[in-house]
Amino acid sequence: MQNKNFLTLKLREAAKKNKKLCCIFLTLGYPDLAATERLILSAERSGVDIIELGFPFSDPLADGPTIQDSSEKALAKGATVRSGFRLVRRLRRRGCEIPLVFFGYMNPVYSYGGKDFVRDARAAGLDGLIIPDLPIEEEKDFQKECSAKGLHIVRLVAPTTKDARALKLVRSSGGFVYYVSLRGVTGARKALPDDLAPRLRKLRKMTSKPILAGFGISTPAQAAAISKIADGVVVGSAVINRIRNGIPAAEHFIDRMARAVHSADGHKVS
Amino acid sequence: MKKLPDAGGHFGLYGGRYIPETLVKACEELTAAYAKVRKDKKFRCELDHYLADYAGRPTPVYEAGNLSKYFGRGRIFLKREDLLHTGAHKINNTIAQALLAKRLGKTRIVAETGAGQHGVASATAACVFGLKCVVYMGEVDIARQALNVYKMRLLGAEVRPVHSGSRTLKDATNEAIRDWVTNVEDTYYLIGSVVGPHPYPMIVRDFQSVIGKETKAQFLKKEKRLPDYLVACVGGGSNSMGFFFDFLKDDDVRMFGVEAAGEGTATKHHAASITKGRPGILHGMKSYLLQDKDGQIQIAHSVSAGLDYPSVGPEHSYLKDTRRVRYVGVTDREALLGFDLLTKHEGIMPALESAHAVGYLPRLMPGTRKGDTVVVCLSGRGDKDMNTVQKYLKV
Repeated sequence: MQNKNFLTLKLREAAKKNKKLCCIFLTLGYPDLAATERLILSAERSGVDIIELGFPFSDPLADGPTIQDSSEKALAKGATVRSGFRLVRRLRRRGCEIPLVFFGYMNPVYSYGGKDFVRDARAAGLDGLIIPDLPIEEEKDFQKECSAKGLHIVRLVAPTTKDARALKLVRSSGGFVYYVSLRGVTGARKALPDDLAPRLRKLRKMTSKPILAGFGISTPAQAAAISKIADGVVVGSAVINRIRNGIPAAEHFIDRMARAVHSADGHKVS
Repeated sequence: MKKLPDAGGHFGLYGGRYIPETLVKACEELTAAYAKVRKDKKFRCELDHYLADYAGRPTPVYEAGNLSKYFGRGRIFLKREDLLHTGAHKINNTIAQALLAKRLGKTRIVAETGAGQHGVASATAACVFGLKCVVYMGEVDIARQALNVYKMRLLGAEVRPVHSGSRTLKDATNEAIRDWVTNVEDTYYLIGSVVGPHPYPMIVRDFQSVIGKETKAQFLKKEKRLPDYLVACVGGGSNSMGFFFDFLKDDDVRMFGVEAAGEGTATKHHAASITKGRPGILHGMKSYLLQDKDGQIQIAHSVSAGLDYPSVGPEHSYLKDTRRVRYVGVTDREALLGFDLLTKHEGIMPALESAHAVGYLPRLMPGTRKGDTVVVCLSGRGDKDMNTVQKYLKV
């Protein structure tokens, strides 16, 4: 029997109750696998809706210095795709039901073998994939296999994406749509671009799927503000920065982020 | 033979466009602009003018009589790209791409560099065409190619050291791509080799194919026939691709791509991505790649900074699989021997990259016959490598 897809369930429930979505990025195995496990469980208790689990890669070219550094350290400690799958399986056995989305680069997936990867990811309990260097045009067999096995491929839409292409991307996006809120790599920014609101409005007209904004979001205040114009946010580097100050500090920050996002619950996006 | 790449930039299994969404628009615009420029006589005219009067084309094909005599078999010829302005074939590509960047209305170029040759050639082109230039270079390479760093700065380029990963060409490429993602509206990414996402492998190949076209015409004029063997070094693979391209349909011309075998392909210290790697995805393309069992990229090693790259242009991967080109490895030691041979016999000091091609001759020549002809692409000169050579060769 196929595993339940917790992402599908979560998105359905959020739509029904008009709730916002808080997605937190964690680097698998940073500072170690036990810490990742603990952070996922406490995030679930804090009301975080989705975990984007970053599988480390030696050459993360869409990532800024924060996630590069965490990836390098996680790899040095031996984090692999297989150890990530084991962690996910363990969490699911313990009754953890938070949607878990793989974030990673294409080469480790390709090296694992596309078909095997999809099978093992689903068997472990992953619900979706975000692969920043896999555009819609490449590896079509792999992408078909994902949809056949119920593994969502979440599409990224960028500020530079043309309208016709954006439409194609949101239509094929699995689960939600990830709007890249700025030009550049991941990393906390003080201010977010002015054109965020109009671009989100434009995208809104193209799809009824939830649209989450990510890249650069660093404070709960920013998260709360963006949650009013989007269906939720993705926070990554800001969390990884907090982990440097210890796990409890990171847990506290994640908790504040979740509350900030949900302060916009019920807020209709026009 | 089919015309490659296909519309999506694929050479058989390889190539393609594996990039973040933010860059899709830039790659599509570049593809469209290049399609226009290809047929544009004015562009061709302008480029030819710069290649001839500024860079110094055509470069000669020189018969290396002394070296031929030393081996006592076939005749050896050298395609003298080392005589070009800035000291290597890299200028063919940077002038052309800088012209293209201007056409696209970009005001800033970013480039990655390993040995510094592409960095210097980019800074030079930027200087001529009034573009702002930022060059990313690994810390390790900065240390071993200090002279080129100084030259780039003299030319007005900003050299940004890269401290991440292996701190060599691969990481400089990551950083250049990150810069491009961030500043994509006004910035043109000037890739130095036949690598990266579509359309770059095709564009750089086309711009470098002048090497092979000239060689063919010059050789035909001189010898009234085609050469029997072509030999060129392969890092990312731009000089070899440009050298081979016009001969691909000439089935009787045998081609050898020489990879850097570092301390030997049985060790972990080499850059032989085609002979020792397996297909994978890096820097926007699918190609042969040095990687561990988990798909993490392995660090390449070579005495020559310009060959120190864990992957290779996708068209080379295709040519390997179709067996049109034979790829071989030459170690650091063999390359230094090649350097010494050419210096002693012909008074020509090759770049350590090109010394790999020369370093293959002791293995190739004994199998050739008296009348056979071998053309080696001498992609660059050795001035930049004197520090490294000093460490190994005693006088």
